[in-house]
Amino acid sequence: MLPTNTKGPDYYHKVVDCQLACPAHTPVPEYIRLIAEGRYNDAYMINWRSNVFPGVLGRTCDRPCEPACRRGRVEDEPVAICRLKRVCADNKDDVVDRMPQGPFPKNGKRIALVGAGPASLGVARDLAPLGYELVCFDGDPTSGGMIRSQIPRFRLPEEIIDEEVGYITRLGVELRLGQRIDSLKALMAEGYDAIFVGSGAPRGRELDIPGRQEAGANIHIGIDWLSSVSFGHINSIGKRVIVLGGGNTAMDCCRTSRRLGGDDVKVIVRSGFEEMKASPWEKEDAMHEDIPIINMRVPKQFTHENGKLTGVLFEVVEAQYDEKGRRKLVPSGKPDEHYECDDVLVAVGQENAFPWIERDIGMEFDEWDVPKVDPITMESTVPGIFFGGDAAFGPKNIIWAVAHAHEAAISIDHYCNGIPVTERIAPKTTLVSQKMGIHEWSYDNDISNDLRHRVPLRDKALALKDVRMEVEIGFDRALGYREAERCFNCDVQTVFDEPLCIECDACTDICPVDCITFTENGEEADLRTRLSAPALNLAQDLLVSKPLKTGRVMVKDEDVCLHCGLCAERCPTGAWDMQKFLLGMAQAGEGACQSR
Amino acid sequence: MTFITKPKLHHPQLAANSLGYTRRDYEGSVSTLCAGCGHDSISAAIIQACYELELPPHRIAKLSGIGCSSKTPDYFLGNSHGFNTVHGRMPSVLTGANLANRDLIYLGVSGDGDSASIGFGQFAHSVRRGVNMTYIVENNGVYGLTKGQFSATSDKGSKSKRGVVNTDAGIDLVSVALQLGATFVARSFSGDKAQLVPLIKAALAHRGSAFIDCLSPCVQFNNHAGSTKSFDYVREHNEAVNRMDVVPPRAPIHIDYAPGATLAVTQHDGSVLQLHKLSEHYDPTDRIAAMGFLAERQAAGEIVTGLLFVDPEAEDLHEAISTVEAPLNTLGTRDLVPGGAALAKINESLR
Repeated sequence: MLPTNTKGPDYYHKVVDCQLACPAHTPVPEYIRLIAEGRYNDAYMINWRSNVFPGVLGRTCDRPCEPACRRGRVEDEPVAICRLKRVCADNKDDVVDRMPQGPFPKNGKRIALVGAGPASLGVARDLAPLGYELVCFDGDPTSGGMIRSQIPRFRLPEEIIDEEVGYITRLGVELRLGQRIDSLKALMAEGYDAIFVGSGAPRGRELDIPGRQEAGANIHIGIDWLSSVSFGHINSIGKRVIVLGGGNTAMDCCRTSRRLGGDDVKVIVRSGFEEMKASPWEKEDAMHEDIPIINMRVPKQFTHENGKLTGVLFEVVEAQYDEKGRRKLVPSGKPDEHYECDDVLVAVGQENAFPWIERDIGMEFDEWDVPKVDPITMESTVPGIFFGGDAAFGPKNIIWAVAHAHEAAISIDHYCNGIPVTERIAPKTTLVSQKMGIHEWSYDNDISNDLRHRVPLRDKALALKDVRMEVEIGFDRALGYREAERCFNCDVQTVFDEPLCIECDACTDICPVDCITFTENGEEADLRTRLSAPALNLAQDLLVSKPLKTGRVMVKDEDVCLHCGLCAERCPTGAWDMQKFLLGMAQAGEGACQSR
Repeated sequence: MTFITKPKLHHPQLAANSLGYTRRDYEGSVSTLCAGCGHDSISAAIIQACYELELPPHRIAKLSGIGCSSKTPDYFLGNSHGFNTVHGRMPSVLTGANLANRDLIYLGVSGDGDSASIGFGQFAHSVRRGVNMTYIVENNGVYGLTKGQFSATSDKGSKSKRGVVNTDAGIDLVSVALQLGATFVARSFSGDKAQLVPLIKAALAHRGSAFIDCLSPCVQFNNHAGSTKSFDYVREHNEAVNRMDVVPPRAPIHIDYAPGATLAVTQHDGSVLQLHKLSEHYDPTDRIAAMGFLAERQAAGEIVTGLLFVDPEAEDLHEAISTVEAPLNTLGTRDLVPGGAALAKINESLR
């Protein structure tokens, strides 16, 4: 193999798996260290710069970072990154003075934002300090989009939304709430310099099976029902509830039902338990609230008597796998099952809906009838019209909406300044030695043996009484510290300097996870089998040195490195050094929202 | 030295041996030696060898004297018996322990000061008596703990870190051990575990006195130009006579070397040493020839490594003095107080 090129942002970013997995590339280990130090304000501002809604995301994020967490490869469970984010949000002081302070001199450009959800608000936050005039429309009477309408209050209290949406609106965003955009053509005619569409995926998928019309009074579309609950239009449900669907919306529906009078709430899903779309922890939370999840049942018919829903009839299926390993649900031959209920919540997916976009404005639509959007620039095929969040590529989650927003903001800024939108800004990186003394580092390299700490919950009997009572209490400072200590500091990189190495083997001998080997060079596939421990995780790179004095090379498998720094501590010549790699994604206008 | 303990977390693929122990279970506490010390590599090799031999840690006794090398038993086999003796007295204590309990596996760890200076006599006598042990000298040719004076194994003409030339003749422990009748003699290098680990395994399996002289560069005081025990010097002058695979008793033997190039030596416990010849005419079962070869290569400035001599039929001290088969602590009153009739018989034999 050729010597690894560690210059530039790419190589070391891949080692920080959590940051790489985060769509917004939040510098996770950096803020976790700050939490351990009790520097909650600093930790919050790092989050705020990257993901805009730390308090919201610390409760609701889909946490792509956690499955990526290296700790999960050497232990059962990853660091509770998401709930640590909440720790900094809960414990910070007033941080408003660390955010950009308006009023900002206007640059004369006007941008329309369609929808007041996380995507539009993210764009607004990046662009407002640059002097853009931002006009944000939403059909709902409130701002926040799905954050407010679909996420139940027992998971996310209203004041958190108010606070974090407030940090953005105070920068100077004109909110036109209750004003639904019915025609993109008309909006375009209003002469905005650019338009951003962040209108979400607002349409719940229907379930057209017999009985849907007849029993319709007690059959509700999940996301619509959730938003009616959020806005206080609905405050009760029947005693026996069936939730159809296996995604996170289904989990929110069943848990909300439990709080509105549902004693016997069941989730009934087509697929098997493992294949359900809901995050594992959301399924766990539902089951903790005594909600059974029944799998492999395909709804066939809503049963009803005298126009009143009596239950749902299901066909029992089983999974069959073809030679390519693809799963197919086939009838099991078992008799159909009937479950009685008073209400049904249908949460079988949601869709984008663009009836308000005229088809004669030159915008190209794809085979699913949604506008074609460039995944890098977020621009549609009409110059100056950008998309983000669920409106861009279908339902994802808040953190993706934020990531889209940053990119769209860069594009809009470029577009308004006559710079090609395809011109992207590289992330900023620093790589700094953490050496303080002979064996002293500026990070805590002692590896904690704690297993993942559970987030304390409110007493179940109490929590189920009130749909607005937050069920998770969250880590307190002490528990937050202990969980933060589980982080391996994967951003503190093992940097190898060949000319200094005397090949004494000290690093190989001390490495607790056998990731360093001195050996003859070879092709990657061959080399991976010849290391101290075979490097089987092909998604993880090998760090290969230039040839050493004996002609061998140093090969480090990045896969399970604990970043404990013992290789550097035991190195007599300083050939190994622990250097902190910080990567900040580019933001519009050089990142006016940088923490300061 | 390192202030944190080595993390307990290990590679997910780390395998356990038939006893259920992983290699990590054979470790000790974190080394307090200087970073990069060759001795730490030897500790790692001992750990690897014991893991591969599947030795129960509680059946091993590790003994040492005084010095950097003699500190190392703290850094491996944390669940074995240990005895850190007076300077240079490890061989006597080991001999005594061995006579008292012949069932344990004895590992003596010493240094060039401990064995070639203050304990030279002790070393000599334990070897010539054929005590069943593995005796490893971690040889760095320098007094590291007292900041870099020449030791008795420093070669004549080699230079200290401060530029002083050694005028005394160096003791070659391998030649001495051969002369004194050691039945397993090897030399290796801390920077070459591929060679060292099998040698330690073979030595541990050997019945009789097994001696390994292991060159172990002192990164702090003896790793400079002019030293004959530095990483660079040893790598440049290393002349390995053979490579070895140790095949445990009853395991199938695969010969994948050209015939004539491999010599198989079966040890007393049934383990087979497969020696792949690197030096064409070298015969590791010929003591006299080995001594001659060593003297010749040493004069040419080369450092001969590998398994230099082995006598697979060797007898040990217990056989020589006809000791009782069982460890002394297992003997009951009946064995120890045989009664008047036995006493009368002994008395009769002495009349």
